[in-house]
Amino acid sequence: MSSGEKKEYWRWQESCWIDESKDWRAAKIVTAGIDVGSVSSQAVVCVDGELYGFNSMRTGNNSPDSATNALAGVLEKSGMKLEDITYVIGTGYGRVNVPFAHKAITEIACHARGANYMGGNKIRTILDMGGQDCKAIHCDEKGKVTNFLMNDKCAAGTGRGMEVIADLMQIPIAELGPRSFDVDEEPQAVSSTCVVFAKSEALGLLKAGYSKNKVIAAYCQAMAERVVSLIERIGVENDFFITGGIAKNVGVVKRIEKLLGTTAAETKYDSQIAGALGAALFGHTLMLKQGASATKAA
Amino acid sequence: MIANYGYKDGSGEYYISIDTDKCTSCSAGRACLTACPKEMFEIITDDYDDEVAAVKQSFRRSLAFDCSDCKPAGGYTSLPCSTACTPGAIKHSW
Repeated sequence: MSSGEKKEYWRWQESCWIDESKDWRAAKIVTAGIDVGSVSSQAVVCVDGELYGFNSMRTGNNSPDSATNALAGVLEKSGMKLEDITYVIGTGYGRVNVPFAHKAITEIACHARGANYMGGNKIRTILDMGGQDCKAIHCDEKGKVTNFLMNDKCAAGTGRGMEVIADLMQIPIAELGPRSFDVDEEPQAVSSTCVVFAKSEALGLLKAGYSKNKVIAAYCQAMAERVVSLIERIGVENDFFITGGIAKNVGVVKRIEKLLGTTAAETKYDSQIAGALGAALFGHTLMLKQGASATKAA
Repeated sequence: MIANYGYKDGSGEYYISIDTDKCTSCSAGRACLTACPKEMFEIITDDYDDEVAAVKQSFRRSLAFDCSDCKPAGGYTSLPCSTACTPGAIKHSW
């Protein structure tokens, strides 16, 4: 790497996946959910109410383009065309800017529905740790929201905060979680009120002789404390499920579990697609209500 | 559904909770819309197609300031929104 080249430690792994065992051409209803978030965008395609494929990528500076690019990944890999999709629902911050969506639904309802699919119908509490906000959600056995709370006023307890720390530590973001456990003793949490304060406090700890791993542990603990204080307002009812990119950070997840005294349900799916998956499932339900003979997407 | 609008910051937690199950059959004639001096409430169609009250997006990150005039320091002994909502759907966390 040249001296002038800047490595992007914050950059997380984008992914695109198709279930090769399913044939979308044989499906009666093909629906798509597009989650345009503040940091990442996902497109999920469901065939007859089952997950068929998804694409997860970073949100660009233009919501319509991000939505189009996210869906294009799935379409390209599957040989599908937009016209083959019966119904499209947009969700996330950019939900009203999905140019080909038939309807927009809030990410709160979509995450609950997606978590219900991914974690099973026993899921009652969902913690969505998104790019620039955090949501605590209660739902019933059908994935319908019964109580929700969100905090989008600051970046503390969000994925963007973790990206800032990855850049500061110059450690790839995927390594932060495991490295946070490689410490002699658990440090005190840094400020959990504000990412800017947390960053300056982390710098101070490094100057004071803390190892990078210890600073990361202090930040993971701060993030866990932040979101736990949020979720405790609505209470935790098992089963408990975490969605969003931070669900992939074992350093934060294990500390949340310890603070709450419960274990998060595991899933074989990518935690980042919950919102888009929920949107696609909403689309399927709407199509069933309207009759499967609905018109194809324009 | 209990919808909590607001935030937590360094100074405290500021949430307005609305029990939307009580909104769908509002017996107060949507009194919250006019009771709030700042007209912070609106009626929306939620994700489950119910018409319910909600705090307008523009107020959700500044409740501590926007609601301060209706708190005891502003001369009120009870909140106009909670008082007007006779079904008891609206609560403040602070």
